[in-house]
Amino acid sequence: MVEKGTFTLKSGLAQMLKGGVIMDVTTPEQAKIAEAAGACAVMALERVPADIRAAGGIARMADPTIILKIMEAVTIPVMAKCRIGHFVEAQVLESLGVDYIDESEVLSPADDKYHVNKNDFKVPFVCGARNLGEALRRIGEGAAMIRTKGEPGTGNVIEAVRHIRKVNDEIRWISNLPAEELMTAAKELQAPYELVLEVARLKALPVVNFAAGGIATPSDAALMMQLGCDGIFVGSGIFKSGDPAKRAKAIVAATTYYNDAAVLAEVSRDLGEAMVGINIDTIKPEERMQDRGW
Amino acid sequence: MAGKKIGILALQGAFIEHQQAITNCGAQAIQVRTARELDQVDGLIIPGGESTTIGKLMQAYQLDTAIKARYEQGMAIWGTCAGMILLAREIIGMNQPMLGLMDIAVVRNGFGRQVDSFETELEVDPIGRVNGVFIRAPYVERVWGPARIMASHERKIVMAEEDRLLVTAFHPELTGDKCIHEYFLKKVSD
Repeated sequence: MVEKGTFTLKSGLAQMLKGGVIMDVTTPEQAKIAEAAGACAVMALERVPADIRAAGGIARMADPTIILKIMEAVTIPVMAKCRIGHFVEAQVLESLGVDYIDESEVLSPADDKYHVNKNDFKVPFVCGARNLGEALRRIGEGAAMIRTKGEPGTGNVIEAVRHIRKVNDEIRWISNLPAEELMTAAKELQAPYELVLEVARLKALPVVNFAAGGIATPSDAALMMQLGCDGIFVGSGIFKSGDPAKRAKAIVAATTYYNDAAVLAEVSRDLGEAMVGINIDTIKPEERMQDRGW
Repeated sequence: MAGKKIGILALQGAFIEHQQAITNCGAQAIQVRTARELDQVDGLIIPGGESTTIGKLMQAYQLDTAIKARYEQGMAIWGTCAGMILLAREIIGMNQPMLGLMDIAVVRNGFGRQVDSFETELEVDPIGRVNGVFIRAPYVERVWGPARIMASHERKIVMAEEDRLLVTAFHPELTGDKCIHEYFLKKVSD
């Protein structure tokens, strides 16, 4: 018997992406630069988060033509974003044959209460999280991969650091609780009880967890890896910088050799201009992307 | 078995899963990112991941020449998925960094994209029935010389061996079944 769309296959692809860098691209040319630099996957978009932030208005799923052209241009996996709760955009992306769907806070939410029921799909989903409860709610809905939300399009790593520390902190807490306290812990986390039990047993998330939202330099990538992330998403950080090909290659090397400061020093040299960053406290509350998602 | 030390190439991909599987078999497993770490191991597993990513990093950090040299000296190597692609002498229609050690020609993403990924039972000669997890998997189009077919699915070759080399298009490290890891360990001399 041949089975497709199983959770083993969905989470398995995320396992194959580990230790790698997934790069945001908006054209086939950028996708080829990313692949040549060693990206393990690309995220096909109409605009990178920094430009979405600058443009304002409603950000939606990319035009299928852009996504298909990028899928033709590279042999590595291609991901694409749908709006939170927009299950029809997800159906469209699945029919295009994308390898992963990111139900993403970078786009404008389509539903103010509910996320997509990701168990309905054969294509796997990745979702953002700021804490353990949020991660487990998304996994409960069928997400096969998690990423920190960070604050997209800022080139500022502070929020991604806050989110991975929070998730790790709560995993350590759950891992040390006696069995009789886990139900109340699930209530406090607002997380499914069965998944809380699984975290307590594994002392880890049951799926792969990448870093995203503000990574702009090789050292940012290595910082997130040393904090325990399984891999890196770079959004605006590469193609909003002075020398995208060189920076992309450097971030790939930094994600592999994250514990080797000599390699990090070597690849950080002469990278040109990094993307212009934004301080988090200058962002208006209604423009904070990380607060989208329920 | 306890005396054997297996390196898992840890440039990118599912190396931790292989490390756990080897440890569960009672052998020692370490992550390999440098030529110095490679010198300490008796056998090497090249895991699933992206073959272009692993190949480029292998070349940039001179691990390709180090791996080929250690193979010549008798080290056994097992490649799963991306690892199988990197071990092949020929990658159909592609020009990418590779090791080119085994007499096989492979087709990347041979079964299609992620929506075509699948699980199925396989009959492996001489191991028997195993659960095959295929994720954007390649297949072997043909083998020649001393290379030998071990398993096929829908008439596509998905497992083969050649002396100290072993390749699987699927992922035994994701199933919890140790039999293929044990088979590889038999190829590794102390």
